[in-house]
Amino acid sequence: MGSSMTRGDIESLATDFYDLLESFKHAPFYHISFEIFLVLAVIWLVFFRKPRAIEKKLTEREKQELIDEWQPEPLVPPVDPNHPALNVRVLDGIVGKTVEIDGKKSLNFATFNFLNFVGNSRISEKAIQAVQKYGVGSCGPRGFYGTIDIHLELEERLAKFFNCEEGIIYSYGFSTIASIIPAYSKRNDILFVDEGVHYAIQKGVEASRSHVKWFKHNDIQDLERLLAEQEVLDKKNPKKARTIRRFLIIEGLYVNYGDICPLPRMVELKYKYKYRIFIDESVSFGTIGQTGRGVTEYYDIDRQKIDLISSSLEYSIGSIGGFAVGSSFVVDHQRLSAQGYCFSASLPPLLAAAAIEALNIMEEQSTPLFETIMSKSKRLHKKLLSIKGYSVMGDEISPLKHLRLANALNTIGRLEEIVQFAQTRDITITVARYLTDEHLLPEPSIRLILNVEMTDEELEFLCTVLQEALVKVTS
Amino acid sequence: MTVRDPTPVPEHPSLEEVYEATPFSEAFWTYVNYIILNIFGWFRDFLRRTRIENRKGSAEYNPSGFVPLYQSYESFYTRNVYQRIADCFNRPIGGVPGGKLDLMERVTEDYNWSFNFTGNKITTINLGSYNYLGFANNNGPIADNVIESIKENGLATASSTQEFGNLKQHRKLESLVAQFLGTEDAIAFGMGFATNALNISSLCGKGCLILSDELNHTSLVLGARLSGAVIKVYKHNDMKHLERLLRDSIVSGQPRTHRPWQKILIIVEGVYSMEGSLCKLPELIELKKKYRAYLYLDEAHSIGAMGSRGRGVVDYWKCDVNDVDVLMGTFTKSFAAAGGYIAGKKELIDHIRINSHACAYAISMSPPVVEQIISVLNLLIDDDETREGRKRINQLAWNTRYFRQRLSKMGFIVYGHPHSPVVPALLYSPSKIAAFNREMLKRGVSVVTVGFPATPLVLGRVRFCLSASHTKEMLDDVLKYAEEVGDLLNMRQSKLNPKKPFHETELIAH
Repeated sequence: MGSSMTRGDIESLATDFYDLLESFKHAPFYHISFEIFLVLAVIWLVFFRKPRAIEKKLTEREKQELIDEWQPEPLVPPVDPNHPALNVRVLDGIVGKTVEIDGKKSLNFATFNFLNFVGNSRISEKAIQAVQKYGVGSCGPRGFYGTIDIHLELEERLAKFFNCEEGIIYSYGFSTIASIIPAYSKRNDILFVDEGVHYAIQKGVEASRSHVKWFKHNDIQDLERLLAEQEVLDKKNPKKARTIRRFLIIEGLYVNYGDICPLPRMVELKYKYKYRIFIDESVSFGTIGQTGRGVTEYYDIDRQKIDLISSSLEYSIGSIGGFAVGSSFVVDHQRLSAQGYCFSASLPPLLAAAAIEALNIMEEQSTPLFETIMSKSKRLHKKLLSIKGYSVMGDEISPLKHLRLANALNTIGRLEEIVQFAQTRDITITVARYLTDEHLLPEPSIRLILNVEMTDEELEFLCTVLQEALVKVTS
Repeated sequence: MTVRDPTPVPEHPSLEEVYEATPFSEAFWTYVNYIILNIFGWFRDFLRRTRIENRKGSAEYNPSGFVPLYQSYESFYTRNVYQRIADCFNRPIGGVPGGKLDLMERVTEDYNWSFNFTGNKITTINLGSYNYLGFANNNGPIADNVIESIKENGLATASSTQEFGNLKQHRKLESLVAQFLGTEDAIAFGMGFATNALNISSLCGKGCLILSDELNHTSLVLGARLSGAVIKVYKHNDMKHLERLLRDSIVSGQPRTHRPWQKILIIVEGVYSMEGSLCKLPELIELKKKYRAYLYLDEAHSIGAMGSRGRGVVDYWKCDVNDVDVLMGTFTKSFAAAGGYIAGKKELIDHIRINSHACAYAISMSPPVVEQIISVLNLLIDDDETREGRKRINQLAWNTRYFRQRLSKMGFIVYGHPHSPVVPALLYSPSKIAAFNREMLKRGVSVVTVGFPATPLVLGRVRFCLSASHTKEMLDDVLKYAEEVGDLLNMRQSKLNPKKPFHETELIAH
């Protein structure tokens, strides 16, 4: 598009240009020098400044090369064929007071069969009736036709046994506490957890993504220190403190140590520092307390002060699964928020029927049964202490004890030798098995578990064998 | 149990899945539905807070000063939407969850905050339980085996697999599972959920990448999270998106450090329980070979239910079982028991035996449950067409095709793969979720209806779970009732299959 310039336009352009030159002549010196400086600066920027290295995008060919070069690790690393987990003993028949291994019977001090309900004929009879009524599987999660009337009955019975408002059952012991903790404690919340808790609690704590403060095992001073520190932080930011929930996670009787938690002081601190207490009574349910109701009975503490008690049906009760009891306010929340409850099939009814019958037996036999197990534990403890060369860890009334070799002799190799020797003498004991990524890996030990129906002679025999094993191993 | 068609149904594994678009009117009215529920919810919460209305439900026992255990906004949905339709969920049953169900009748005086049992039992056709092969039974040879096992082996071992929880029965189960699936070895656990949640961390850790399908089950998501690996989610069954993610991830490496990934694990399910869709296994195997990734296949719903021999999606797609690195499944659905398994090469299983959380700490499986699975496996391994196992597999396949075809022809919008026994039909709005459930119950059919948060907000649905224990008569009854209720609720709006009345949808060919 040509624009024709008229003569008048050219003349006015020339005039403008002349005016510009004139204005330069009349401009002050600093103005001109400033303008020259700017022009020089622009020339320098454009031509002489070193360009910054810009990362070039990868070409398709380079990407393909990277993809071709990439080699993954093998899916699993090579395995040690001598690892004890690959060479376990295979049993036959009922794993009760005695077990049958390779055709021979031996006394069983290795399985969590505290009240000897495994193989109990009354319980088996009820389970058989349940199979004849319901079949085996429940074929669905609790929300979708997997709730069977026997589950509701078991939940009611458990709540009544503990004198709490409501109970809830799970189909797997490990998943019980591992699902409960993340249901209540979220990212912002704080968990005060004993260092010695068992692995399932550690996984629950991990899944919750909360801030975790570990305190030394059963060390109240350490817990108070952590609580005081947190209080200082709270005072600095009270608005935030009002939105952070706090929980104390402990066990009644620790599986890894055999000792009982100092509950009374923890309950006092609860009202001072305003946290909620969740106790995992997997081992202490059915073993501690005059009627087997756990550490709250042992210390005579009002169960209303404990926010939630979780436990397992796999130890004293001799069935499968887990449960939690507490006030309706606390427990009901799990029915929609606990993953192991909502997204998993419910407990097979025959196992629920077995648990109900086990509860019946516990209630019928009550005090005599539990006084027996506590007194036998005490006797066993005394006997074990008298064997020089072993150190015994665990409370004297605890039916679960950890046995170690004294001093530096305590290695897994030697303990395995003791276990092998004991098996040749028809005593079945086990080295406690842990995974290497435990928060606080306990020292190697033999986990001794007392079955309430062991006689004094049998306990004496156990100690004799342990003594002989010690001699063999340390010679 | 009568079999309609005793010959095996021919398979066309390349059938496409169709997901009809949501009709605009349905989406619109569903949003209106939610808005009304929200308005009422705020109003009722206001009334409750100002004590004009009595607060139902329980209250905190601790004295004041404790940080509230629940934030009220977290449970807004529970109080104001879920509670209204709570009678549709958690229905207790009083017998075997077989083809027919005995529901315990319950009534509520206070709008679902609490229930009372009348003591009556309602018998309904059961389309809600996961009983694909119909093995949920309280009598017969399998139940007899289970009872024998209780007498011989007790109910539990009270010990973990790494200690003294191994019975000869457990070993037999594991070798049977390996034989059934065609792998080198297998290991079984007491809970299907825990099998995923506790074992993925033995396979992947920090420095690994997990590519997970959008619709994977909670147990897979939890397992992936607990492992500590980096997780990337790809769109459901979208193989192109997966390939893009694979390429981009390998090229750019780990976040921030750009170190190469230690390994890449793709996690998929065989049959997705809310969509009814199948994973695209041949394409997945091709992708994983091309990029040297590993494949983890969760066959919770497909083992026993898919495939001409019941061996799951690997059987259905006629793939090589050695191409799938980790085969996982559960015993709850097709085997009517409880528990889960992982199968694969011997090194994999040995590694899991040593490193699994469940092997080290959890109590081993209950012997009668193990016996139930062994008895069912013995039936299914038998390839003879005239025997029980194959008859049930064929019956399920026939039921699936029959029900799906007639339901679609009647105008319902049905999702999922044409051969999957999980049949979702779309309801969209939360009110219809409740209405369909209650209306079908009045007519003697128990169904599962689900809404948010298990499904996307607008896509509430009813999910029929078919079973080999359903007869043609039962299915016809259900279809007739569905037609009635579907008209009542204006559900039959499919444009791809304009609605026809029941009697016109007679099946001509597969």
